Amino acid sequence: MDSSIDFKKSLIDSILAGLMALVLFGPIVGIVLDGYDFNTEYDRVAWFVAIVMVGRFGVSCFLQSSKGKEMLFKRSSGDSGGVIVTSPNYKSQMIWIIPVVILVGLLVPFIASKYVLTVVILGLIYVLLGLGLNIVVGLAGLLDLGFVGFYAIGAYGLALGYEYLGLGFWSMLPIAAILAAIAGAILGFPVLRMHGDYLAIVTLGFGEIIRLILNNWADVTHGPNGVSAPLPSFFGLEFKRRVADGTTFHEYFGLSYDSGFKYMFIYLILFLVVLLVLYVKKRLVKMPIGRAWEALREDEIACRSLGLNHVLVKLSAFMMGASVGGIAGVFFATYQGFVNPSSFTFLESALILAIVVLGGLGSTLGVVIAAFGLTVLPELLREFAEYRILMFGVLMVVMMIWKPRGLVRVTRTGFATRKGALK
Amino acid sequence: MSKENILAVENLVMHFGGIKALNDITFNIKKGSVSALIGPNGAGKTTVFNCLTGFYKATGGHIRLTTDHKDTSVIQVLGEPFQPLDFVSPMAFIKRLKYKMFGGSHLVNRSGLARTFQNIRLFKEMSVVENLLVAQHMTANRSLIAGILNTKAFREAEEEALQKAFYWLGVVDLVSHANRLAGELSYGQQRRLEIARSMCTNPELICLDEPAAGLNPSETEELTKMIRILRDQHNVTVLLIEHDMGMVMDISDYIVVLDHGQVIAKGDPENIKNNPKVIAAYLGAEDEDEVGL
Amino acid sequence: MDIVLQQLVNGLTLGSVYGLIAIGYTMVYGIIGMINFAHGDVYMVSAYITAIVVALLSYFGIESFPIIIVGTLFITIAITGAYGWAIEQIAYRPLRNSSRLAALISAIGMSLILQNYVQISQGARQQGIPNLLSGAVRFDIGDGFVQITYMKLIILLVAFISMGVLTYIIQKTKLGRMCRATQQDPKMASILGINTDRIISIVFVIGASMAAVAGVLITMDYGAFDFYVGFIIGIKAFTAAVLGGIGSLPGAMLGGLILGISESLFAGLISSDYKDVFSFSLLVIILIVRPSGLLGKPEVEKV
Repeated sequence: MDSSIDFKKSLIDSILAGLMALVLFGPIVGIVLDGYDFNTEYDRVAWFVAIVMVGRFGVSCFLQSSKGKEMLFKRSSGDSGGVIVTSPNYKSQMIWIIPVVILVGLLVPFIASKYVLTVVILGLIYVLLGLGLNIVVGLAGLLDLGFVGFYAIGAYGLALGYEYLGLGFWSMLPIAAILAAIAGAILGFPVLRMHGDYLAIVTLGFGEIIRLILNNWADVTHGPNGVSAPLPSFFGLEFKRRVADGTTFHEYFGLSYDSGFKYMFIYLILFLVVLLVLYVKKRLVKMPIGRAWEALREDEIACRSLGLNHVLVKLSAFMMGASVGGIAGVFFATYQGFVNPSSFTFLESALILAIVVLGGLGSTLGVVIAAFGLTVLPELLREFAEYRILMFGVLMVVMMIWKPRGLVRVTRTGFATRKGALK
Repeated sequence: MSKENILAVENLVMHFGGIKALNDITFNIKKGSVSALIGPNGAGKTTVFNCLTGFYKATGGHIRLTTDHKDTSVIQVLGEPFQPLDFVSPMAFIKRLKYKMFGGSHLVNRSGLARTFQNIRLFKEMSVVENLLVAQHMTANRSLIAGILNTKAFREAEEEALQKAFYWLGVVDLVSHANRLAGELSYGQQRRLEIARSMCTNPELICLDEPAAGLNPSETEELTKMIRILRDQHNVTVLLIEHDMGMVMDISDYIVVLDHGQVIAKGDPENIKNNPKVIAAYLGAEDEDEVGL
Repeated sequence: MDIVLQQLVNGLTLGSVYGLIAIGYTMVYGIIGMINFAHGDVYMVSAYITAIVVALLSYFGIESFPIIIVGTLFITIAITGAYGWAIEQIAYRPLRNSSRLAALISAIGMSLILQNYVQISQGARQQGIPNLLSGAVRFDIGDGFVQITYMKLIILLVAFISMGVLTYIIQKTKLGRMCRATQQDPKMASILGINTDRIISIVFVIGASMAAVAGVLITMDYGAFDFYVGFIIGIKAFTAAVLGGIGSLPGAMLGGLILGISESLFAGLISSDYKDVFSFSLLVIILIVRPSGLLGKPEVEKV
């Protein structure tokens, strides 16, 4: 393989890219509208063009090097890579790590400050959302861009259920899951028999419609003003400072009131729910239904030839994911104590999708890490908040080109050899 | 009836837009036979297959699949448009609505017809065993609760499925590759795995779309043996599309020849070999010599 | 009666613009079989470019409306076309051999990038351009009247001219033949010496140009826009494309007109708060009843 680099070619590439960048960025970056007038920002354009030229030069050189050629070849030969089958007697190191993680997780509320605790709760909510969407996108290969709709159903379910029906946190937790699943079924059934792309755009519309309805149907949802949501109760004991009838949590246990108690309690329930979902997810991939989802992602036509009803199998994944989203919504509402439509924009769906993409389609551990990474980091780096969406977008494009399976390697469990028999 | 035809195709017509791919195809497949569907490229063989297996909804005609336990009209289970009479008879309406909502090619497979594909369709990023486990979806223990709690009944059902998977891996000689990804297998191994996978759905009729394509002569020999085993030991009727005439003449009991979307000859290999129409169709239509009659 | 007629007229202009944007969806879908999710944002970018060009022209003291609209159209089409080209190069071409899901996610990523890039560069506040052309034609009908502004007439005129030119290019020219050949069978087309990668790029540029025409027209009519406008209009144009039959060029135009008119009637007669809900429900209903659309051919799976 010839590994010499033709710098002249790279230079030409770089100049062409620079010219293109000038055309693209010149108007939008260089001329900023100000009323009907404008201000110029030539230095920004210069920066953009310079970055593009340097980047193009670097990429051009890299692709001519032997390593770059190897990468190009791998791409064009459609090498999936990254999936390995473990041997049947492989023992995961996770067996030692999991109890430690659980122990640490249970200790967090008693050591962390209230602020850290609220951040961690938010992180866990996104873990839940990420896991739910990962069932749909990662396992079943269905692109759901309106996941936030199910999240909203859960959150508003709790708030409105409390306001109109007097239902509390504990009864709404399962009801929200069911409601979200039903919404998923109604939305999914007509669309899932179609080409996958239609699902993407219909769910995109669905997420937006839910928000529009929450905004416009002010008689019921109070529109943009939002609704307050109840806190969970501890065997009937409330976490408020005082209640009209009955005792509160701190009175019953003879403690002085601390608003941190409710967060501790929410955290503990949420932590247990996340563990439960993790366990269910782990089981699902080893069950016929989980295998069917993955098979459907690989080849729908082959699945149909094997007697699988592709619509119902997809629908089950869609509903399962939706119900996890609904549960996450309930936690979100009770954690905030208040919900309004602005929490459920498309950008939220994009964030959840970014979590799944970064964590790896189908990988559980990756999603947990990515959820914390993408929710806790921006919380710490607030000055970059403006660039958050840009970062998600770049992340999606780059990840899909570079490592479509995510950062964590996907492993499949092997089976010990059997003698083999019929019946 | 039970000893007669497993598959009866009557006046099958298939149009794509203005193109008439199939015109009035009629043939029967006897239970327990090995039959072949041959013809020059573009004669409509794969289209016939796709109609039989429910991937295309035929424009007209009847396809009856008569297995030991069930009698199925392939076109009906795919879901037909509503007829005026349906709005008078609620039963017919409900039945048609049911097939419209839940019907499809999967019902054809559940009635006992399995198939393979010309361009192999394995679940490439799943292991070989998992490919066979997916095929047993309909007979598996699909209860969510049992699966999540990993109950004894669930484990037993899984074990049974694994036993069956390894049985078929044994038949197609892939046991040592059980834990590899299906996409990593060689071409011949992938073809065999696909046959094993379709056998895991307990079919009575199996349709093989060019099973010997891309195989070398000794692999083709193996395949021929395997097809005989399927028929003799597992009571499966075999229908195949094949270009390798040596193999077709060797194993077929009955041959249907298609050309330009029409049946030009049916009969046993001896008959077909000497049929002038068949010879004309092959020699007239093609330069390359795949025929070897 | 006059309100119905008025909404019909409004719907016709709105619909012709939907049709222009829908062309971008339908052509890209026809050629690479996937939804270009960033297309709505390409429209949004063209709205910004329109405003910038209008501001620049007035800075140089150009006041004549015909020069402004022609100049804006040309410059906006050129720059937006470049955006279409760049999007294809960055987010779609490297994924030509990857799974559908990967390409879709990359497209979503591109849409987010465009939105946020414009938001950061131009600020999050709403932007606008001055009213360039006022006046209207008025028809008296009984007690009431129907009026069509000159701007709306220009929208109709420009939209139909653009569609006509595009139809001519696709049906009669060599480029159009190559596009149609690539759409039918990319592999065979490339064997016959057609540079399919280039054709795909050209299709993206054509789609972006049509969105640019829509961007110029709508921006000059409404005046106000922000970085978020591409989202809803993108979904609606897609609905129009599906309604007409995705992959079919006349279908996109027809679908756009039907959607525009029915949406305007719904907004005028029933509720304008829920007109987006209406369009979206229409999309779902079409997908259930007639997924191949009005003029589309039923999709035959390759087994």
